[in-house]
Amino acid sequence: MGQMVRYEDDFEADMLEDTGAYYSRKASSWIEDDSCPDYMLKSEECLKKERDRVSHYLHSSSETKLLEKVQHELLVMYANRLLEKEHSGCRALLRDDKLEDLSRMYRLYCKIPRGLDPVANIFKQHITAEGTALVEQAEDAASNQASNAPGVQEQDLISKIIKLHNKYIVYVTRCFQNHTLFHKKVPHELLVMYANRLLEKEHSGCRALLRDDKLEDLSSKYWLYCKIPQGLDPVANIFKQHITAEGTALVEQAEDAASNQASNAPGVQEQVLIRKIIELHDKYMEYVTRCFQNHTLFHKALKEAFEVFCNKTVSGSSSAELLATFCDNILKKGGSEKLSDEAIEETLEKVVKLFAYISDKDLFAEFYRKKLARRLLFDRSANDDHERSILTKLKEQCGGQFTSKMEGMVTDLTLARENQASFEDYLRNNPAAHPGIDLTVTVLTTGFWPSYKSFDLNLPAEMVKCVEVFKGFYETETKHRKLTWIYSLGTCHINGKFEEKTIELIVSTYQAAVLLLFNASDRLSYSEIMAQLNLTHDDLVRLLHSLACAKYKILSKEPNTKTISQSDYFEFNSKFTDKLRRIKIPLPPVDERKKVVEDVDKDRRYAIDAAIVRIMKSRKVLGHQQLVSECVEQLSRMFKPDIKAIKKRMEDLITRDYLERDKDNPNLFRYLA
Amino acid sequence: MEKIDRLFNSYANNSLGMIDPDGIEALCSDLGVDYTDVRILMLAWKLKAERQGYFTQDEWRTGLKALGVDSLSKLKKALPELENEVGKSSNYEDFYSYAFRYCLTEEKQKSVDIESICELLNLVLGAQFHPQVDLLIEYLKVQSDYKVINLDQWMNFLRFCKEQISFPDLENYDASQAWPLILDNFVEWMREKHS
Repeated sequence: MGQMVRYEDDFEADMLEDTGAYYSRKASSWIEDDSCPDYMLKSEECLKKERDRVSHYLHSSSETKLLEKVQHELLVMYANRLLEKEHSGCRALLRDDKLEDLSRMYRLYCKIPRGLDPVANIFKQHITAEGTALVEQAEDAASNQASNAPGVQEQDLISKIIKLHNKYIVYVTRCFQNHTLFHKKVPHELLVMYANRLLEKEHSGCRALLRDDKLEDLSSKYWLYCKIPQGLDPVANIFKQHITAEGTALVEQAEDAASNQASNAPGVQEQVLIRKIIELHDKYMEYVTRCFQNHTLFHKALKEAFEVFCNKTVSGSSSAELLATFCDNILKKGGSEKLSDEAIEETLEKVVKLFAYISDKDLFAEFYRKKLARRLLFDRSANDDHERSILTKLKEQCGGQFTSKMEGMVTDLTLARENQASFEDYLRNNPAAHPGIDLTVTVLTTGFWPSYKSFDLNLPAEMVKCVEVFKGFYETETKHRKLTWIYSLGTCHINGKFEEKTIELIVSTYQAAVLLLFNASDRLSYSEIMAQLNLTHDDLVRLLHSLACAKYKILSKEPNTKTISQSDYFEFNSKFTDKLRRIKIPLPPVDERKKVVEDVDKDRRYAIDAAIVRIMKSRKVLGHQQLVSECVEQLSRMFKPDIKAIKKRMEDLITRDYLERDKDNPNLFRYLA
Repeated sequence: MEKIDRLFNSYANNSLGMIDPDGIEALCSDLGVDYTDVRILMLAWKLKAERQGYFTQDEWRTGLKALGVDSLSKLKKALPELENEVGKSSNYEDFYSYAFRYCLTEEKQKSVDIESICELLNLVLGAQFHPQVDLLIEYLKVQSDYKVINLDQWMNFLRFCKEQISFPDLENYDASQAWPLILDNFVEWMREKHS
């Protein structure tokens, strides 16, 4: 056909201009005289006629331009005036349910860029006004009727609101072709807003019902609001806030009580707190099942609420530590002997449920392991079955890797007993090798147990022989294994031949080593003892205190003060006696908290490193924020990593040439193979 | 070339076969610049000198040829031009990174101690970004998290100064971005100082 230049320049341009002028004149008079529906009808007609015109005698390329011109003059220029016409504009059409006209309005304006925005706005305003009127009616009626059937007005209102909602959904589908712009305006604006108002009522709203434990009423609220799309969201929100507030109050109470009681029974308040939290959990879980039909929304609300206050610290102890101590109290001898097996099982179940809310799971594991070790090694565990049972439950929650070490510890003890039996056989068969003292050895697999420092304690001669004899036996059992002796965990039974009577003393190996020195010397100075035993000052002071300044004074100290100083002298206290024939001299344990926290921090650094490397290895190139968020997600099963810690590890990895920053985009990182 | 070599020999330590710190000091005084002047660092950059305090004959030859000088007076005149050249943004980052690497004297060294970094910051950025550099140096001296600075952190100091973070309120600094932790801590410290 050749080029269109002549057509466009010489004909089309003028034709368009004239057309524009024509419709502009028409529109200005129509807009004055015609109602909105009529105007729209005429506009539709005009557009149709122009379309026909093009197909009859114009070039097809003119169609778009022509229609745009017409639209502009008729619809765009007068959009506001048209829609806002007082008796026939958009509002009026909505009021009078003129679905046909509204459909036409949609058809005309949907082709114009942003043309639907004003229509959608008017739609929203209209619905909002109708809804507000309903609510105000209901409020008036309710205040007039006061106590008579208080829930009735609300129910009535809800059903009216639902009807309103359904009516306008029909509009969205029939008139507005399900356009998202209109869909958005109906459900959310209308219903959730009113649900909120009703729920927040001071004396009858959701909060009040929770506060007064009105389970029946809450149940009916659930049934009402579940009919409204997203109607349960505000209910679940109030539920969550309520629980969070109650839980946080419990924690604060415990904190206050603990600081007031100070030295009296430290730790008691914290244990009481755990019990109370368990009770709280039981209480609100019942609400979820009875009132809220086990709906996931409410399970989630409960979970999120607990995650908030279950991670608070109480007098310096993290919740992870408190929970581990709670378990220790149940599982140790003298802990819960009054409870039946079933009751204990039930409590353990609940503890594990609470454990799910703790973010520092690795910290819990470490405290638990330390306490488990003490229970196992000092024969303080009440019941093997319970020990295994809680480990199984923890395994179900966190996977086998979490509990593998602890299970290893429990198994080690069983194996150790078998091993001891073999050792005793060996001694019977080799009477010459017998060290002259009854010896029980527990061999532990290093990887399973918490790390213990082993000192080069100078053992008394009698004990040296024991160690050698056992080594000889062990080498007959297995080669390729190295034994490291942890004397700090040992126990010794020593006979103290006091003047009045002989008393059997149950002491730790270290304490025994101190006491046995007095077989050779009557009187020793602190420094002499220090030199002989090769211990640290801290340890030695603790030991001597337990023997000379505590309840049972096996040694007498010169000067007779209450604390140990490096210039003291010690003697065997031959005048000591007690009504019992056998006494245990306790050695107060060292505070393990600091070490546990340090160990866990160290492990976390490795875990973060590994996660970063793993992620970068598979993605090769990744933005900073994404790397951080993926890292947090990967590690969330065990702990919540601190963003600063992640950044620090990333820097370390950059220095070690695992990662580099992109030259052009400093927020992008690259894996260096 | 001959003149260049002669100039080299006039400062070189004969037993070493290269210009050593004493030679450089002499060169400086002849050029009329201080030993610690940033222009000497720029000269080192131009020469692509590998070892701090030393210029080899090759480096000397290549460098002076690139500058287009073969005498002391011409070298002196070329210094302002050299400053301009370094100032061009395409070169500046290269020079800035060179300044750090020039301080790595040991073989496997990857980081520079805080004291030296503070001096280097002043030398290299002090003129252009005076307020930021002063505060940054103050912070580096009081903080105790880091005893050394690596290249990545060093490069980010420049980026921090260039990125027009509003000073001194630092409002548009976003810690969730990939800034090194030391700068996050610096911003926290600044905000505390000003509150």
